[in-house]
Amino acid sequence: MFKLFTSKKVAKNLAIGLASASTATGLGLALALNVDLFASDHGCYPAKYPWFHEGMFNTFDHASVRRGYEVYKQVCAACHSMKYTYYRHLVNVSHTEEEAKAEAAESMVTDGPNEEGNMFQRPGKLSDLFPSPYPNDEAAKAANGGALPPDLSLIAFARNNGTNYIFSLLTGYQDPPAGVETKEGLHYNPYFNGGWIAMAKALYDEVIEYSDGTPATASQLAKDVTEFLRWSAEKSHDEKKKLLLKTMLIFPPILALFYVYKRRVFTVLKSRKIVFNPNATGKSTGSGSAHH
Amino acid sequence: MTFRKSHPLIKIVNSTLVDLPSPANLSVNWNYGSLLGLVLVIQLVSGIVLATRFSGHSDISFDSVISIYQDSNYGWLLRLVHSTGASFFFLFIYLHIGRGLYYGSYIYPEVWNIGVLIYLILMGTAFLGYVLPWGQMSYWAATVITNLLSAIPWLGSILVEWVWGGFAVGNPTLTRFFALHYLLPFVVTALVILHIFYLHLYGSSNPLGVSSNTNKVSFHYYYSVKDLYVYFVFFFIFMFFTLKYGYSFMDAENFIPANPLVTPTHIQPEWYFLFAYAILRSIPNKLGGVLGLVLAVMVLFLFSISSTQLLFSGTIYSPLARLTFWSLVSVFFLLTWLGSCPAESPYTEVALASTIAYFSLMVIMCVWPHVSTYLYLKS
Repeated sequence: MFKLFTSKKVAKNLAIGLASASTATGLGLALALNVDLFASDHGCYPAKYPWFHEGMFNTFDHASVRRGYEVYKQVCAACHSMKYTYYRHLVNVSHTEEEAKAEAAESMVTDGPNEEGNMFQRPGKLSDLFPSPYPNDEAAKAANGGALPPDLSLIAFARNNGTNYIFSLLTGYQDPPAGVETKEGLHYNPYFNGGWIAMAKALYDEVIEYSDGTPATASQLAKDVTEFLRWSAEKSHDEKKKLLLKTMLIFPPILALFYVYKRRVFTVLKSRKIVFNPNATGKSTGSGSAHH
Repeated sequence: MTFRKSHPLIKIVNSTLVDLPSPANLSVNWNYGSLLGLVLVIQLVSGIVLATRFSGHSDISFDSVISIYQDSNYGWLLRLVHSTGASFFFLFIYLHIGRGLYYGSYIYPEVWNIGVLIYLILMGTAFLGYVLPWGQMSYWAATVITNLLSAIPWLGSILVEWVWGGFAVGNPTLTRFFALHYLLPFVVTALVILHIFYLHLYGSSNPLGVSSNTNKVSFHYYYSVKDLYVYFVFFFIFMFFTLKYGYSFMDAENFIPANPLVTPTHIQPEWYFLFAYAILRSIPNKLGGVLGLVLAVMVLFLFSISSTQLLFSGTIYSPLARLTFWSLVSVFFLLTWLGSCPAESPYTEVALASTIAYFSLMVIMCVWPHVSTYLYLKS
C-alpha cells in the first residue's frame, strides 16, 4: 500500500514536472517567435551588444560619452538637433566646467530683446541648449529631401532596443540585395523600418580625429556616439545606479532580521498542535486540548 | 478601559489595526490588500509631488515631463516610482481579485462590489495618467479610447466631442484629464476606506474557507509584523525593478512628442490593459467590442448576486472549479499576449476564441458555487 502511494506520488510529481516543463518550453518558443515576428515588422532585429553601462552597478563609460559628444558635434549636429540637452549637462560628465563653457561659447545664441527692443547674437553659456541646425521642422525637411531628421536627445529611449538599434543602424549600411532596385535619395539599411533610409552613411574610418587619440574606426565612432546618446536620454543614470547599489546593500540585512523577527512572533502560532480525540474521557487527554 | 479602546478616534484605529480579531491561518495571499494600500499611498505621494512640477498644457506638457526627470532633484526617481507603481498596483489588483475568486471572497457582496468599483475607477485613473506626458502613445491612446464612446448609438459622436472639449483630442482634453487624474485617486481612497469598513464588519476569510471564529488572533502583533515584513520585501523588489527596469515599462513611442499627423505602427496600452484591449479588438464590430471591453470587468459584479446564500464558494472544495480557475488564469495570460500582437490573422481568430473562453469560464466560475449549493441541499 505504501509502495503504491509512493509510486502514485512519484507519478503525480513527474506529471506536474512534465506539464510545467512543456508549458515553459511552449511559452519560451512563443516568446522567441514573437520577437522574430516583431523584428520582421520593424526591419532586422539588432544584435545585443555588451554595453558597459548595462552592468548591474556600472556607470556610463564617461570617456566614451566624451568621444561620442565629439562625434555628435562634428558629424550628427549638421542635421540633428538635441533640444533637451544643455551645455551644463556636460559638466562633470564628459567635460570640466571650463571645457563645457568653452564648448558653449563656440555656438552663437539669439537672445533678447535688448534695451532697444532688438534681438541680438551672443556666445553660448552653460545654461543654453545645444543649438539646433534648422530654425524649424519645415526648414529641416526642405534641406533633407522631405525627411525630418529626428531630435536625438531622447532617441535611445524613443526606439525599441535603443542602443543596439542605433549602433546597428549606424554600422548597418550596405548594398541592396541582388534584384532590389535602388531608390532615388534613399539608402539601403536592413535595420531601418522598410529598409530604405534618407540619411546617408555618415560614419567612416577616420572621418573625425578624437582628441584623446583613440583610433576613430567607424565602429568605434558608432559605439561612442551611441553611448553619448544613451547618456543624453537618461542623464540621471549614474545616480540611479548608485541608489540601486545602496538598495541592494541595505535591504537584504534588514529583510533577514525582519524575517527572523516575524518567525519569532509566529512561533507559538505555527507550533500549535490541536488534538481531537472524541473517545477520550480522562482529563489528561481531553478533546480539543492544545499542546505547544 | 484602556485609552486605545475608549478614545472615540483611536478606538477606530484600534479596532482596525490592533485588536482586530483575525483568522490565525492567513497565507501570503491575504497580503495583497495591505500591499495595495501601500501602493495607493506611494502613488498619491509621488503623484502630488509630480503635479507640483507638471504643466498640463499640450504645448509644454511633454517638455515639462522631460524637465522633471532631467532637471529637478530626484524628479527622475519620482517619475519612475509613479510609473512603475502603476504596474505594481495592477499586479496586486489582479492577484487580489484572483485570490478572491479562488477562495470565494465574493460571499461578502458589499466588500466585493466596492472592490470591483475601485478596480474600474483605477483603470480610468491609470488611463488618464497615461495621457498626461503627451507623447505619441499618450495621444493615440487618448484618441483610441475616447473614440470608443462613438460606438454608443445616437449619442456617440456628441459624447466624444464633449469629452474632447473640441473636434479632436487636444489641449482641453489634456487639461480635464489632468484634473480628473488628480481627483479620482481621492475617490478611490474613500472607497478603500468603505471596502475595509465592510471587510471588518464581516471579518477576513481564510484559506480553509470555513468559519474562523474558533481560531482568531489579534491583528497586532501577528499581522502587523507580517504586513510590515511583506512591505519591506515589496520595497526591495519594487526599488530593484524601478531602478533597474523602470524605463522598460515605458513605451518607446512615448519618448516622442505627440503628433496628430503621424500614427504609431502599433498602438497598444500598458501590459495591465492588454487583456481588455485584446477583447476589444477580437470582436469584429465596434459596439460589440466596446461592450466586450466593459463586460470584461463588469462580469465580476455577477459573482455577488445571491452570494450570501452560498454554502460553497470559491474553488477549494472542487477540483473542477480549480481547473476552471486556472484555465481562466491561462486565458487571461493568453489575452494579455494577444493584446500586444498585431490585429491580423491568426491572432484575431485566437483572440476571438480566447474572448469566448474568458466569458464562458467567468460564467462557469460564477454559477458553479450555486450549482454545488443546490445539489448539496437537494441531496
